[in-house]
Amino acid sequence: MTEEVKKTTEDEMPDWSEYRGVLVYVEHREGVAKPISWQLLGQGRRLAEKLNADVMALVIGDNVGKLAEEAIAFGADRVFQVDSPTMHDYRTYPYSRAAMKVIHDAKPEIVLFGATATGRDLAGAIATHLPTGLTADCTQLDVEPDPSRLLLASRPAFSEKMMATILCKQYRPQMATARAGVFEALPRDPSRRGEIVHVDYTMAEEAVAAKVLDFIREESTVNIEEAEIIVAGGRGLGSAEGFKLLQELADELGGEVGASRACVDVGWINHHHQIGQTGYTVRPKLYFAFGISGAVQHVVGMQNSDMIIAVNRDPEAPIFKIAHYGIVGDLYEIVPAMIEEARKRKADAASGKGSKTEAEGGVRV
Amino acid sequence: MLHIVVSVKQVPDSREIRIDPKTSTLVRIGVPAIVNFYDLHGLEEALVLKEKYGGRVTVISMGPPPAEKALKQCISLGADEAVLITDRAFAGADTLATSYVLAEAIKKVEETWGPVDIVFTGKQTLDGDTGQVGPGIACRLDIEQLTYVSKVTGYNGETKRVTVQRKLEDGVEVVETKTPVLMTALKELNKPRRAPMPGMLRAAQYKPIVWTTADFPNLDRSKIGLKGSPTIVGKTWVPEIKAADTQMLDGDTKVKVGTLFDKIWETELPARFGWDHAANGKGA
Ligand SMILES: Cc1cc2nc3c(=O)[nH]c(=O)nc-3n(C[C@H](O)[C@H](O)[C@H](O)COP(=O)(O)OP(=O)(O)OC[C@H]3O[C@@H](n4cnc5c(N)ncnc54)[C@H](O)[C@@H]3O)c2cc1C
Ligand SMILES: Cc1cc2nc3c(=O)[nH]c(=O)nc-3n(C[C@H](O)[C@H](O)[C@H](O)COP(=O)(O)OP(=O)(O)OC[C@H]3O[C@@H](n4cnc5c(N)ncnc54)[C@H](O)[C@@H]3O)c2cc1C
Repeated sequence: MTEEVKKTTEDEMPDWSEYRGVLVYVEHREGVAKPISWQLLGQGRRLAEKLNADVMALVIGDNVGKLAEEAIAFGADRVFQVDSPTMHDYRTYPYSRAAMKVIHDAKPEIVLFGATATGRDLAGAIATHLPTGLTADCTQLDVEPDPSRLLLASRPAFSEKMMATILCKQYRPQMATARAGVFEALPRDPSRRGEIVHVDYTMAEEAVAAKVLDFIREESTVNIEEAEIIVAGGRGLGSAEGFKLLQELADELGGEVGASRACVDVGWINHHHQIGQTGYTVRPKLYFAFGISGAVQHVVGMQNSDMIIAVNRDPEAPIFKIAHYGIVGDLYEIVPAMIEEARKRKADAASGKGSKTEAEGGVRV
Repeated sequence: MLHIVVSVKQVPDSREIRIDPKTSTLVRIGVPAIVNFYDLHGLEEALVLKEKYGGRVTVISMGPPPAEKALKQCISLGADEAVLITDRAFAGADTLATSYVLAEAIKKVEETWGPVDIVFTGKQTLDGDTGQVGPGIACRLDIEQLTYVSKVTGYNGETKRVTVQRKLEDGVEVVETKTPVLMTALKELNKPRRAPMPGMLRAAQYKPIVWTTADFPNLDRSKIGLKGSPTIVGKTWVPEIKAADTQMLDGDTKVKVGTLFDKIWETELPARFGWDHAANGKGA
């Protein structure tokens, strides 16, 4: 394969000057965007700036005008809105045909989707039809500036043990799906200006074989993706009971409880709490890892946290390599002490005894 | 009567793959090759449907000759026929080229054994891990696609429609569509059986049917192998987990925890969450 790579690098690239800009597919449920949509719009904007081109959003649904406006607030220069009752539920056939029409007309050089069930379903169909190359589940997205304007789509391989950059030189657009939680959304700015293009596209309901009969939303009380504080536990908890203790600390701090896969696999906690390669990728301000060894598949999901605090009995545990603060000890001793300390500090502050922050002149918000 | 095709890939057991710390390359030697486990869930569902509605199950795989072993395993579990699609010209394929060849193979399966009602693939593989081949095959055959299927709840032989549950990140979708349909299997779909003794005996004797490029006279050579693959693997590297400047906290539990909270209190968090002044315990 290496030989071939060298050869194509030296090949002349076809003239792609008709294709300009980055298009981001805005995934949503009932008009509410998935966090990945705005994250990709943020990253799309960064790429577009390097290419000196526009970032565009694609919104498909039924009555999604509000969402199209939101896309502008989150960074889109132009939004293509496909709005029709047939598009109420995501279904591969009508969505892929609508998206292909927009791609044909707008000619973006890059199209990005979330590496979610829907994003992969849709991108896989579109890339085959166009046809073009599609890179899966990227965790890094960059571009080469003019003249190549190549998308450098990098993705983990072999259970995160390796990274590979995938290129698509001979086809346009270049397409990729990208992992949620890795890229940063731009701050929402309702004063940002952009254009909404109403795409004239309809498909008769009779032309669509698939019928969505029901959607049973999984009641999830966790919002680990957007939590600013995560109190995570691993196999070191020893039992499902351990999570009750972590919940207490999380409640005290206003955070959410996270978990390693080991705990999810044995059924101590459900998958919505799982951090890592096959769970959520998160970047909170504060991440506690209690009884988590620090396997690479876990670490890839939390290494970008602002502050990582690890508590582990084993001083050699790999988690300490990436932690900012480490405590060697039994979590069943440390966690209760933390709960107590947090309560005490907050109580002191509330009763006006003056916390350290105040004594030092800390800023209030 | 249903004719079901199950597409299976033989993959290295990625849990066993190690990186040579000296050369930063993958150590694949001695890594066992297994049937991609999602594909076994697809096969199991095919077998269950066959038991219920009658019909046949044909298994196909594209890969080098050792992939025969994966096909024999499928025969031992109860598949009727197994086809290995193998040719050096197919090597180096990305998902676009892979789905082209597999779709052509399914057309040939139809010519040989009759129309296909359902195609199963796995949700994704353990090695390439893209989940793109299933949708790719469905597009090329111009049939319906139902990805991430966690349950097949019904099949109506008269209307030729299937109802399934799809497991998505935020819930379960119940969806119905017409056949022919391609479904991608999740592990929630079922629990694969163990090979029964008669199956094992049959597999021991069985030689998978082999199709090479010569068996596809109308194959478009520009769409297969490396040439037919728009994506190119460029640079590969071993990701470095960025080591932090770790500060280990010493002392007894009380001291350690106290020091830690001093550190936390130096950040913007107490102000942000109102820990430093608010009586509203739970923060903003
Ligand atoms: C394809 C693939 C995908 C994967 N995806 C993920 C993923 O998304 N997320 C994920 O987390 N993992 C994932 N894994 C699994 C990963 O490889 C590890 O097996 C897993 O993260 C280990 O979980 P753990 O750290 O909780 O358990 P262990 O590795 O068993 O670590 C337990 C730790 O607890 C410590 N300990 C024990 N008792 C105490 C105590 N009383 N006090 C303090 N410390 C204690 C021990 O010293 C040890 O370090 C994946 C693996 C594969 C192959
Ligand atoms: C490190 C690395 C990164 C790669 N990244 C990309 C990428 O981003 N984009 C891209 O297009 N290609 C990529 N490839 C190439 C891709 O892995 C191959 O095309 C592979 O043959 C099929 O893709 P997959 O393993 O991802 O299959 P998936 O799409 O994950 O497989 C889904 C299902 O399709 C069926 N299936 C897949 N392959 C076969 C087969 N050979 N025979 C029978 N059934 C099969 C199985 O039922 C399987 O469960 C990459 C390869 C490597 C080594």
